[in-house]
Amino acid sequence: MNIVVCIKQVPDTAGGVKFNPDGTLDRASMLAIMNPDDKAGLEAALRIKDANPDTKVTVLTMGLPKADAVLREAMAMGADDAILVTDRVLGGADTWATSTTIAGALRNIDYDMIITGRQAIDGDTAQVGPQIAEHLNIPVISYAEDIKVEGKTVIVKRQYEDRYHILKAQMPVLVTALSELNEPRYMTPGGIFDAVDKEVTVWGRADLKDVDDSDLGLKGSPTKIAKASDKVPKGAGEKVHLDPTESVEYIMEKFKEKHII
Amino acid sequence: MSLEEYKGVFIYAQQVDNELSSIAFELIGKAKELAADLNTDVTAVLLGKDVAGLTDELGAYGADKVIVVDDPELETYRTEPYAQALSAVINEYKPDIMLVGATAIGRDLGPTVSARVKTGLTADCTKLEIGNFPLEARPGVEQKSNQLLMTRPAFGGNTIATIACPDNRPQMATVRPGVMQRLPKDASHKAEVIKFNPTLEKNNKYVEIEEIVKAVGNVENIMDAKVLVSGGRGVGSEENFAMLRDLADCFKGGMVSCSRAVVENGWLAQDYQVGQTGKTVRPQIYFAIGISGAIQHVAGMEESDLIVAINKDEDAPIFDVADYGIVGDLKKIVPALTEALKAEKAK
Repeated sequence: MNIVVCIKQVPDTAGGVKFNPDGTLDRASMLAIMNPDDKAGLEAALRIKDANPDTKVTVLTMGLPKADAVLREAMAMGADDAILVTDRVLGGADTWATSTTIAGALRNIDYDMIITGRQAIDGDTAQVGPQIAEHLNIPVISYAEDIKVEGKTVIVKRQYEDRYHILKAQMPVLVTALSELNEPRYMTPGGIFDAVDKEVTVWGRADLKDVDDSDLGLKGSPTKIAKASDKVPKGAGEKVHLDPTESVEYIMEKFKEKHII
Repeated sequence: MSLEEYKGVFIYAQQVDNELSSIAFELIGKAKELAADLNTDVTAVLLGKDVAGLTDELGAYGADKVIVVDDPELETYRTEPYAQALSAVINEYKPDIMLVGATAIGRDLGPTVSARVKTGLTADCTKLEIGNFPLEARPGVEQKSNQLLMTRPAFGGNTIATIACPDNRPQMATVRPGVMQRLPKDASHKAEVIKFNPTLEKNNKYVEIEEIVKAVGNVENIMDAKVLVSGGRGVGSEENFAMLRDLADCFKGGMVSCSRAVVENGWLAQDYQVGQTGKTVRPQIYFAIGISGAIQHVAGMEESDLIVAINKDEDAPIFDVADYGIVGDLKKIVPALTEALKAEKAK
């Protein structure tokens, strides 16, 4: 069985948000990590491989050449193969153009299952996974809390706000993984050693199959950014240092002023 | 096909178990504003099985038209039949704008449909307005008027971006539940009902539903709360949440909610989490107790009418958004406040 896991290198918005002195986001100093939902997807693939040793796990990313780092991390965790899709003409892509690009790369690969993260922590859109499936004309199951494989059938626990569905699909299928899916394994020392020597396949525009130039990069993106700005915090109100009794009196006074009580 | 042929503001009227989700009404509320600016009307798209009975309610909340696709394959949400049905509606009726809720359904249906009809989709919008793109006129660049400008947070809430979709139609957006306001219900407002029957094609993309498991019990929804007493890591333990519950009980419509750290510690279930990866809330009063105020948390509560923060760390970023901030020991202040409120009530 061939599983392809699509991963993304993202700035660590959860832990390491830093600001420049002028209040803008300091992206350069933020750590670049493997997107958490993608990492859970990779772990799910590796567990399927643990149970079915004839499984091959390929990781694929689209990004700048430095995204090589997350591919090597994935190989150090146990992925067999890695593909980096990188090309100047792909820059500035929105989710539509990104999914078109990744689908173009995937058409070169023999896959039974594609796993992506539900969403990346830099954009939080959750769009690229379902859109890849749409471009490849295969079923998609989003928001996976559990993935099981029985022969050519994939059984997924699909999360909703107040319930879950157990869904069954025939391969080939695309599944988007939630980080709740599992606790990803660490890289092994031997794995790290091997990952340094392993070859990462690098693909550019010419390697994308059945894709028009007009559908790629900034030019091929239906959505355009009109304005982007770092968030201006809402103005702070009052801040007081009082003992507990005075604190309560202070709040009660304010609530009375506002006719809350 | 020229873009001018696309007209009207459409919303996806999500229903689950033949009950409309509140996001449907919130989307109609926002769509009415957009439609007024564009001098057009609002159409709700209702997909399901035996759902004709829901059209009156959509009308009462302001929909001018309801397009109904009623098909046995649409009984329970599955990506493919729903994507086929919504794409067929878009191809037949050509909306200028298509809004979908950023729910676990909408965030699957939206991207699939946008890829199928080849248009852009902006995710998890918090603000929608009509304006020019580019915003400012630039020499040599055509400035288009009457564009949907979609504003959304990115980078975990650290930045905000305004996005347009100038050359493709419909302009699609998903909108976070709890952000837009529904209109007051007006039972005398009737929508024109249009029945549409696209033939759904059973193909390789259909998946089988083996089992449906609903969450047990009636989970109270923090998005409905008038007052939220929200606790963070600083509360210290699951037991200490009893204090917060007592405070919440002093208010009609008061509930307890929490930050992500609390869910991670297993003190409260994820249903109670406020923030970027939890729920967006806008109660009349939001108490942030022992919550440091990470930007991901603030993104989910900053629209609250009144924010009261209690934290022992005077540098906690929560004080930057609080109307009233108290630097002090929550374990002393919260019970004392509860007593004071009870005493006030007894007067």
